[in-house]
Amino acid sequence: MDDLWYSEYYTPNVRFSIRVTGQLYRETSSYQLISVFDSAEFGRFLTLDGIMMLTERDEFIYHEMITHPAMAVNPNIRTVLVIGAGDGGVARELAKYRSIERIDVVEIDERVVAVCREYLPGTACGFDDPRVHLHFQDGLKFVRHAQDAYDLVIVDSTDPFGPGEVLFTREFYGSCHRALTENGILVNQHESPFYSEDAKAMRSAHRRIAQVFPVSRVYQAHIPTYPSGHWLFGFASKALLPTENLRAAEWDALGIPTRYYNTNLHRGAFALPTYVEEMLHEG
Amino acid sequence: MSDQTRAPLLDALEWMRRERLVPFDVPGHKRGKGNPQLTEFLGESCLSVDVNSMKPLDNLCHPVGVIREAEELTAEAFGAAHAFFMVGGTTSAVQAMILASVKSGDEIILPRNVHQSVINALVLCGAVPVYLNPQTDSQLGIALGMSVEDVRQTIAQHPGAKAILVNNPTYYGICSDLRRITQLAHQGGLRVLVDEAHGTHFYFGRDMPVSAMAAGADMAAVSMHKSGGSLTQSSLLLCGERVNAHYVLQIINLTQTTSGSYLLLSSLDISRRNLALRGEEIFDKVQRFARYARDEINAIGDYYAYSKELINGDSVFDFDTTKLSVNTLRLGLAGIEVYDLLRDEYGIQIEFGDLGNILAYISVGDKNKNIERLISALGEIRRLYKRDNRDMLASEYISPTVMRSPQAAFYAEKESLPLAECEGRICSEFVMCYPPGIPVLAPGELITTEIVSYIQYAKEKGCVLTGPENMEIRRLNVLKGE
Repeated sequence: MDDLWYSEYYTPNVRFSIRVTGQLYRETSSYQLISVFDSAEFGRFLTLDGIMMLTERDEFIYHEMITHPAMAVNPNIRTVLVIGAGDGGVARELAKYRSIERIDVVEIDERVVAVCREYLPGTACGFDDPRVHLHFQDGLKFVRHAQDAYDLVIVDSTDPFGPGEVLFTREFYGSCHRALTENGILVNQHESPFYSEDAKAMRSAHRRIAQVFPVSRVYQAHIPTYPSGHWLFGFASKALLPTENLRAAEWDALGIPTRYYNTNLHRGAFALPTYVEEMLHEG
Repeated sequence: MSDQTRAPLLDALEWMRRERLVPFDVPGHKRGKGNPQLTEFLGESCLSVDVNSMKPLDNLCHPVGVIREAEELTAEAFGAAHAFFMVGGTTSAVQAMILASVKSGDEIILPRNVHQSVINALVLCGAVPVYLNPQTDSQLGIALGMSVEDVRQTIAQHPGAKAILVNNPTYYGICSDLRRITQLAHQGGLRVLVDEAHGTHFYFGRDMPVSAMAAGADMAAVSMHKSGGSLTQSSLLLCGERVNAHYVLQIINLTQTTSGSYLLLSSLDISRRNLALRGEEIFDKVQRFARYARDEINAIGDYYAYSKELINGDSVFDFDTTKLSVNTLRLGLAGIEVYDLLRDEYGIQIEFGDLGNILAYISVGDKNKNIERLISALGEIRRLYKRDNRDMLASEYISPTVMRSPQAAFYAEKESLPLAECEGRICSEFVMCYPPGIPVLAPGELITTEIVSYIQYAKEKGCVLTGPENMEIRRLNVLKGE
């Protein structure tokens, strides 16, 4: 077999590699380079501008963890806005809730959705639910025009160094605040605390969210194919607290099938390592 | 029509680099080798063309080779009889234009909303300003263009005036009826000088207001480094048919460096080529961006991003739609406050804020996502900081009373007084509210109560006031004994 490897540089001195059995697709869209590979260990995987987005093997962790904690705090969520998430994974998780009435997915790059529909049906199936409405436009622009409209906003963005940059700005978080209802929750992909560049982005995102929302907390998950494997999510809200207001029994009764998330893990996910707590407090 | 795909200065510099001439001339960094930190910071290719005049590269003070060719191509691209490459900013182009047109004691007609460089030129040459009261829009708090009737009357009242200077467009994008003003001035025997610092794109874009050269003006100072894309401090002085270009060159050489930077000069050459070849497309894009941003900002509420609806056939004869000027008064916030909030809270640096307006500079270098950030940040500022707007001072134009020529007052015997005690005295220095650098007081003008309270108000609102010897503007220099 050819010795082909996909590598992502976590820092100039650290890289992560997966042996690939082939590149299935490659396209430079108006926004980014989109690639799909096959591998023995992680199955099929999607990269944008050379950065790992998801693998078939571990995407469930990310998608469950960015979706279910908020739903377990407020199982009455009816309307959801998802920004980014062109792979469909978040929509797939949300579609498990019968109580949700509308899911707006705003993805800037139409090509990502098209490529995922063709090569990654395991996540793109999320778009098939009739409650899901796809919008191909700038996330900041979309959210700016919404007021008091969503119970939950999920920001499934790329890193803050490319097209996803605007989704880490104060004006974006402020616009999300305006778009949310009284009990609204904002969950976002919050980078990693481990390598210094990621940690810097993580801290500045936290600082900006804390300037906008009265409740601003961070929780973690273990995602093998993201830098350091230790990944964070932001939970911000206008009123609800992530552990104190957890409605575990109610959520358990819904019988939502998951492989990573459960309500016990929910409580633990908000317990952070000391060095991460320190980083967040320093701002 | 000669070949606008050529860039003679660029070609000469590339030739020089390929030849690997051994430098035993200045600059002493010798293509960067003698200053590794600077080379690392600015880049080797940049330092390798930071060179001195030499025969193959021509000489800015006496252009006979590639600089001359580049200037000829530029003149043609701008529809001028002659073009001069300037390396001292548009300030130097404005000053050369004035020094080449008026002498000590001559009258020159100008609007009050001129750039500081214009009055500085009057200090140098001793000419006497005749200010035209600009029409103002009291709701927006901005000075408009020149009214044709005011120009006609002023010329009649000052039959000896030698020149008229027109700001076109203003910083905010307002254009005067340049064709009519030029006609009237020429009938009266006046030379027409245009401060076209913000109008490079008029020469290249579609559906643009008329440019100075097309309107028949005699001279125009054009900031290529603003909308034209060249390096900061590079600029153009354009001359029409009726101007003696040899005399203008002598005037330029009175104050311009003899070591003109080839970085600046080549940036003019490359930018001219780019504009001549792709200008329409470039400014179509800029106009699209500006139009989109204007519509979205107006949809936020309270902000007013103005455009062609201001046109009134006279003092707003036309509007430059590439300008994104936004009035903030209905928000209860001064423009300067919005300007500071954008930078400090949202990481967005805009061009300027005055008391009632902000200007965001839109150019070919912009990206959709940054325009979205600007619009959203303005939306957020409204949501979070909007307040009662009762105490807002709208208008910022104060009509000056000229008591002495700027030169006479600047060099006169003077004394320093606390600001509050200056009323009724004649100022011997400038007070500028910056940006946009329009004088509140110029040398030789009467200090009134209104001016003192304006200065105090502008200080409170966080405007940067410059000019006086006393940096905090607690005191002013006034003419002794008068």
